Amino acid sequence: MADNKQAQAPEPDVTPYASDSSLSTISKATYFKEAALRNLFLLCACVAVAGVGLIFLFVGLKGWPIFEKVGVWQFLTGATWYPTKGSFGILPLIVNSLLAMAGALVLGAPLAIGTAVFLSEVASPRLRELVRPAVELLAGIPSVVYGFFGLVLLRPIIARLFGGLGFGLFTVWLILAVMILPTIAALTEDALRSVPEGIREASYAMGATKWQTIWRVLLPAAKIGIIDAIILGMGRAIGETMAVVMVAGNARVIPDGIFKPFLTLTTVIVMDMPYASGDHRTALFGVAIILFIISMLFVASIRVISRFGKEMG
Amino acid sequence: MQSRERMDKRITNGVALGVIWLAAVATVAALGTILVYVIVNGIGQLTPAFIFGWPHGVNMEGGIWPTIQATLYVTALAMLITTPIAVLAAVYLAEYAVQGRLVSTIRFAADSLASVPSIVMGLFGLALFVEGIGMGFSVIAAALALSFLLLPIIVRTTEEAIRAVPKYIRWGSYGLGASKWQTVSRIVLPSAMPRITTGVILAAGRAAGETAVVIYTMGTMINAPVSPLDPGRTMPVHLMLMAQEGINMPAAYGTALLLVLMVLGFNLTARYIGRRNRRMQG
Amino acid sequence: MSNRLASHFVAPGPGPASDHGDKFKVEKLDFFYGKFNALTDISVGIKRHAVTAFIGPSGCGKSTFLRCLNRMNDLIPGTRVEGRITLDGNDIYGPGVDPVDLRRRVGMIFQQPNPFPMSIYDNVAYGPKLHGVRKKSELDGIVEESLKRANVWKEVKDIMGRGGLTLSGGQQQRLCIARVLAVEPEVLLMDEPCSAIDPTSVQKVEDLMAELKDRITIVIVTHNMQQAARVSDYTAFFLQELAGEPAHLIEYDRTATLFTTPKDRRTEDYITGRFG
Repeated sequence: MADNKQAQAPEPDVTPYASDSSLSTISKATYFKEAALRNLFLLCACVAVAGVGLIFLFVGLKGWPIFEKVGVWQFLTGATWYPTKGSFGILPLIVNSLLAMAGALVLGAPLAIGTAVFLSEVASPRLRELVRPAVELLAGIPSVVYGFFGLVLLRPIIARLFGGLGFGLFTVWLILAVMILPTIAALTEDALRSVPEGIREASYAMGATKWQTIWRVLLPAAKIGIIDAIILGMGRAIGETMAVVMVAGNARVIPDGIFKPFLTLTTVIVMDMPYASGDHRTALFGVAIILFIISMLFVASIRVISRFGKEMG
Repeated sequence: MQSRERMDKRITNGVALGVIWLAAVATVAALGTILVYVIVNGIGQLTPAFIFGWPHGVNMEGGIWPTIQATLYVTALAMLITTPIAVLAAVYLAEYAVQGRLVSTIRFAADSLASVPSIVMGLFGLALFVEGIGMGFSVIAAALALSFLLLPIIVRTTEEAIRAVPKYIRWGSYGLGASKWQTVSRIVLPSAMPRITTGVILAAGRAAGETAVVIYTMGTMINAPVSPLDPGRTMPVHLMLMAQEGINMPAAYGTALLLVLMVLGFNLTARYIGRRNRRMQG
Repeated sequence: MSNRLASHFVAPGPGPASDHGDKFKVEKLDFFYGKFNALTDISVGIKRHAVTAFIGPSGCGKSTFLRCLNRMNDLIPGTRVEGRITLDGNDIYGPGVDPVDLRRRVGMIFQQPNPFPMSIYDNVAYGPKLHGVRKKSELDGIVEESLKRANVWKEVKDIMGRGGLTLSGGQQQRLCIARVLAVEPEVLLMDEPCSAIDPTSVQKVEDLMAELKDRITIVIVTHNMQQAARVSDYTAFFLQELAGEPAHLIEYDRTATLFTTPKDRRTEDYITGRFG
């Protein structure tokens, strides 16, 4: 302390700082600068809204004529997709897309949830270090590579085991299941981790086994998050194109078996676009806008369910 | 009777945990199978001639350099366009926004954008950038379409990164007479930078692997693009076309392997940055 | 020395160093977190160039009141202030008043040391850089002086490039003090600055408070009564008598008087340890 006193040069008249001055007011320049910055950031945030609007505008406008011509109802429920003959019904495509999604979900969701439970409740930290990166890597593999893998490895195996060419619903289910697995697993793990630790302890203290705790306490507690995860997986499955087009076979008929080739909402666009013209092309844009609306419905339903779940407590 | 119940409990527990283990093993096995298969079949292709050479002939013999250049070019351009907008948007949402109708709308729009099927985004790019504005098949059209896809991803990771900066640090800055923007730009963003970078790199990986968006905005012409208005064929598009034609499978495997290595590279870099950041802050 | 930053700020006015007039005058202050009334009818004058301590049981609003003095509560959404607080006679909640500049003049030290994730040098240089000081020689001088006044220079002068977070808790807190001193505030608000640091550092912080008060007005919130008795010239005792009710200022007096002959029964009870 004495050192400090010596270090300072002695000043006889120590004037404290600005003791009589009035408080500064916010200068106009500062005010405008802060407001301008805020608005700039707001503008950037609104790019997202602009994006959605633009997609509706451009894809919708290009697809609108087909709805005018054929009628929305007829378009959605017509049972024949034969554009070259003027038939624009996408019901079979919708059904096929739903079938593909459903099967992928049945196979993929339990696998994903099981993996998430493993990561959150069962694995030791070292195992977690191994499995979680694996899930993240699975998420990063491009869909073409999944499709390619399905094409060169899975298809011949399925053809040999079950006959036929190996294209079809079954193959699509396998590939899609692995593709939506990381999405569902990551969100489910987050949901499980946000369940307070005290709940687990309470359950164990009552003599419950680990499985009983998971099944009766944790999974129900994380219910909303898991449902969100599954819906997100559903959205991903129904919107997937590249992987599906490489293993689905792409024949324009309603498949009469799970090993028969088929066409979905997404693959029809890829297959037909190269040579479509006129009404046919317009119809493909119509399919695209339907796909967009479906994906937005998924997003909206997640919001509704989350809000519903929050009110239930 | 009590011990019988206890036995049942134990058996169920054991079986259930076994099933859970199985799920995890299956997941890792799936990854392993894909990686091993692609590596084993593609490794033979990875010669300098393949990587730096051009394809020629009907069978696309030779190399795939133009596709590599196209992929890197469009990815870099897309990241350049998206990242500033996404980061500033995240700054708004994390620091300035007040709960209200506008913010809810923005978030809903961002979530919707994130879940758009990539083929819809591809047709959108075709309708607006390629035909509407008249850019034709080009790197810039693809980059713009990709930007809309990447925007919500980067906004989400950046917002999380910003929120992770502790309140106390910000208060330290405000307590010294700093304005909001000074605090955000000098303290918050630099603190959040490692996490932001991780998010950006992962998004870049996503961009590099995109097919449906790129095929309708950049075309399928084999070309090493130089100007943003040049068309080109990226690696994912090349892979898809090769696989469908089935003529030159070895080249397809090589392309697949290079693509996987690229994405793996992005992934590992992001992970490394994340780990180094955690070590410095601990 | 304290005029080094003078050219960057408003010209200093006259004022004898021994003037113990009111730096702050608080009149009938009520504070609300949303609908909850946390403080009510607070009226007190904070004396210039002296150390004032706020004491009282934990959770009774001392820190909240402290944050009113530099409008840090503005950063918490939903808060409201009624009444008047003046600094040198000027209403700090007046229309158009710039809270950012107010916070430069009224600095704050927090309970948990919060150095920025930067080097020690950059931590202290942050404030001056914020307000336009650019020349390296000037910055070097300010940094060194601030660290000296914060009683931590000798410990860090050879490791200025190291991260602020690598220091011990007590050193971090003194670094934060140096950081605030670098912008030459008129007032230093300290919110339980010693509760999370080691005893040697506590001693050093108390020492520097004694030195600083010649130039700076200091207000310290503390739950340690011995510390309040040691370092402060004036003490204010706050109390929230029932949970859910607003807190009041029970008694305010010179420290010596309040601790030896408190006027209110509740003050006496608290000081003698009957509660809290």
